[in-house]
Amino acid sequence: MNDNIIDLTLWQLLSAYVFIILLLIIVKLRKIPRNKEILISTLRMTFQLLIVGYILMYLFDNPHPLLTTAVVLIMVTFAIWNIYKRVRMDLNKKMKKIIAISMAAGTLSSLIYFNFVVIQFSPWYEPRYFIPIAGMIIGNSMTGITLGVQTLMENMKDQRSRVEAALMLGATPKEATRKMVNQAFDSAILPTINSMVGTGIVFLPGMMTGQILAGVNPVTAIEYQIAILLGVAGAVALTVILFVQNGYKVFFNERKQLEGGE
Amino acid sequence: MFTFQDVVYKDILKLNKLTINKRQITCLVGESGTGKSTLLKLMNNMISSTSGTIFYNETPVEELDPVEIRRDISMLSQSPVLFGETVKDNLEAGLIFADKPLADEEKLIETMNYFYLHKNLEENAETLSGGEQQRLALSRMILLDSSVFLLDEPTSALDEDLEHKVMERFIDHARKHEKTVVFVTHSKTIAKAFADNIVDITPFSIKGSVKRER
Repeated sequence: MNDNIIDLTLWQLLSAYVFIILLLIIVKLRKIPRNKEILISTLRMTFQLLIVGYILMYLFDNPHPLLTTAVVLIMVTFAIWNIYKRVRMDLNKKMKKIIAISMAAGTLSSLIYFNFVVIQFSPWYEPRYFIPIAGMIIGNSMTGITLGVQTLMENMKDQRSRVEAALMLGATPKEATRKMVNQAFDSAILPTINSMVGTGIVFLPGMMTGQILAGVNPVTAIEYQIAILLGVAGAVALTVILFVQNGYKVFFNERKQLEGGE
Repeated sequence: MFTFQDVVYKDILKLNKLTINKRQITCLVGESGTGKSTLLKLMNNMISSTSGTIFYNETPVEELDPVEIRRDISMLSQSPVLFGETVKDNLEAGLIFADKPLADEEKLIETMNYFYLHKNLEENAETLSGGEQQRLALSRMILLDSSVFLLDEPTSALDEDLEHKVMERFIDHARKHEKTVVFVTHSKTIAKAFADNIVDITPFSIKGSVKRER
């Protein structure tokens, strides 16, 4: 790390809130009723990050395998809960179970490969590495699977008659839903693929920007960024494929009939 | 071939006894909402009865593999559905679904022409009219060469003249190849012209009988 990194003083940090005041003035003048949301979001962002900062400081000072494991498990659990909330449709128990299993299996196995084979830090539970990497992998997988769930459920609703017609001609549920399942997978991984295209030219990814600001050599920062983008792409793909491969089954019963049919 | 014994389906159908014969053309008639489609779906296990037993060749349907039944007993849904982009994709879809060997292009064209549909195989199927799509769906199903064909108002989007001609072709084919056919129609003329048996569903309909009692 570099010694001459500027530690922001309280006043410097507070001066950044001028941007929010500017935003509030604009919506006020334009009569857009968003004041409340902007205030709440800003406050939540501030407090959440402050709390996380202190937790991370504690974890970094007291590295322990159990603590790291617990934090990662809490992150996965929170992500799963967040998916349930973000999908704008009713999820039944079976669907929730498949989402939870796909999310846990997909992110944790990617994380293990990434940490033990790609980055290889030691001790293995070093929170300075483990937690931020887990955050990126879990966060992106969460976004991906949410899109996948949304697309699959919408497709199954809109194209129910097509699935039914395919079954009537002797299709297995897997064959009858192939197109919808592929669409769900595609829409879930597309943002991840697109983000790789724009990276470096359109925007500098947050992780890299942070490292560079903290004084890390840009080439090192880029090496990490490449590795993490690949890891994220893999984790998203793995999580989503686990979900779609099992998710379509929820719509059928043991007699391979469409659920809720007549 | 099919025997319904004390079959009840939700609050829609109640059949104490009904037999549908092999290699015959059976027509289901009755007012809308009486459960004609439901009866067809029970036959190839698209739905399971609430109680009672449906026998297919003496075996209860529920003991057979559902996908295998549907490959033996193909069903055409009421509104035609498109699979894939081109006319060819649509004709082949059934064979792909049923895991049967694909037919050559000549056979596809021949089948389509048989139902008075003269289209280019590469044409986009979405440009076809409702009636053309129905004949496309009919061609798709007949290519499957299954033992039983269940048809839910297969010609509803056709004008009377064409409807008669298309049904005539279909029934000819079925008789020639010794197929069992069960179809639903609103047209009394069609029912009279082509069916060996006409089954009125109204007495089996729970809602229908309630209506009559009033």
